[in-house]
Amino acid sequence: MSDKFTLAGKEFTSRLIIGTGKYRSLDEMKAAHTVSGAEMVTVAVNRVPLDRKTESFLDHLNPSMQILPNTAGCYDADHAVRTARLAREALDTEWIKLEVIGDPVTLLPDNEKTLEAAKVLVAEGFIVLPYFTDDLIMAKKLLDAGCPAVMPLAAPIGSGMGVQNPSNLRIMREQLPDATIIVDAGVGVPSDAAIAMELGADAILMNTAIAEAGNAAHMATAMKLAVQAGRLGYLSGRMPKRLYASASSPIAGAIR
Amino acid sequence: MTIFINGESRELKDVSTLAALLDALDLPKQRVAIELNKQVIRKPDWETTEVSNNDKIEVVHFVGGG
Repeated sequence: MSDKFTLAGKEFTSRLIIGTGKYRSLDEMKAAHTVSGAEMVTVAVNRVPLDRKTESFLDHLNPSMQILPNTAGCYDADHAVRTARLAREALDTEWIKLEVIGDPVTLLPDNEKTLEAAKVLVAEGFIVLPYFTDDLIMAKKLLDAGCPAVMPLAAPIGSGMGVQNPSNLRIMREQLPDATIIVDAGVGVPSDAAIAMELGADAILMNTAIAEAGNAAHMATAMKLAVQAGRLGYLSGRMPKRLYASASSPIAGAIR
Repeated sequence: MTIFINGESRELKDVSTLAALLDALDLPKQRVAIELNKQVIRKPDWETTEVSNNDKIEVVHFVGGG
């Protein structure tokens, strides 16, 4: 079954987008990236150290993968905009994962500032993929601002808690049937990824669940399969939930 | 001349442009970006953009992240 994922005019086969942080080693990261089948990876923008030689982190990424720079660590719209502009200049890409964080303990997004930054960046020609709290009204505002997709969280960044509010994702899917919804952050295990996809997410972005797994490459494979399984489950159309049993075997004809 | 680069102050002599600054500090030139006083300076302009006393400069690259 052909089920391409199109984002801002670019076609992807994989619906798994992965991060590059927290891996124990670059070799482990590369192995996980390879088996994940992911075609897009996110990277952070950071100051070049002044006191030591550094090699380019980008050399460790498969060149066929779309690089999605992010504005992680930004706490106001102005910082996020500046970071996005620097990323565009360094990488010659308009793509940006917009993160404007509201608080260092929860790393929950500041939706208001995210929207403010999104408007500026869209006007400057960026392809803005905003990370935000799983809120339908904010999703609408971000889409109205010109974002080609929205990226609601499943749970706080790096928490591995899984989809904390499935109703919000389901409502977002039902109310925004044509929007591209990418669940970003909070997935911990493959079943979390499958649940997000079963709820109708178009793709999932994850980092820690793979990077902090005991075996990152095996977890990357499991996540790839879970995303595929959840997607196929969603497209298949689930059976209705019933409070009471519904016999699978014929009652009539059973011996007495 | 004192400049503030990536949050640190540096005393520099005989550095007139951004390109010369990168050389003086032995910083990479590939896949990095520079902001001078909060304005991104495009790579073709590094050779001609002058740095002045008390300028605030950010030189960034990419690192692992999620």
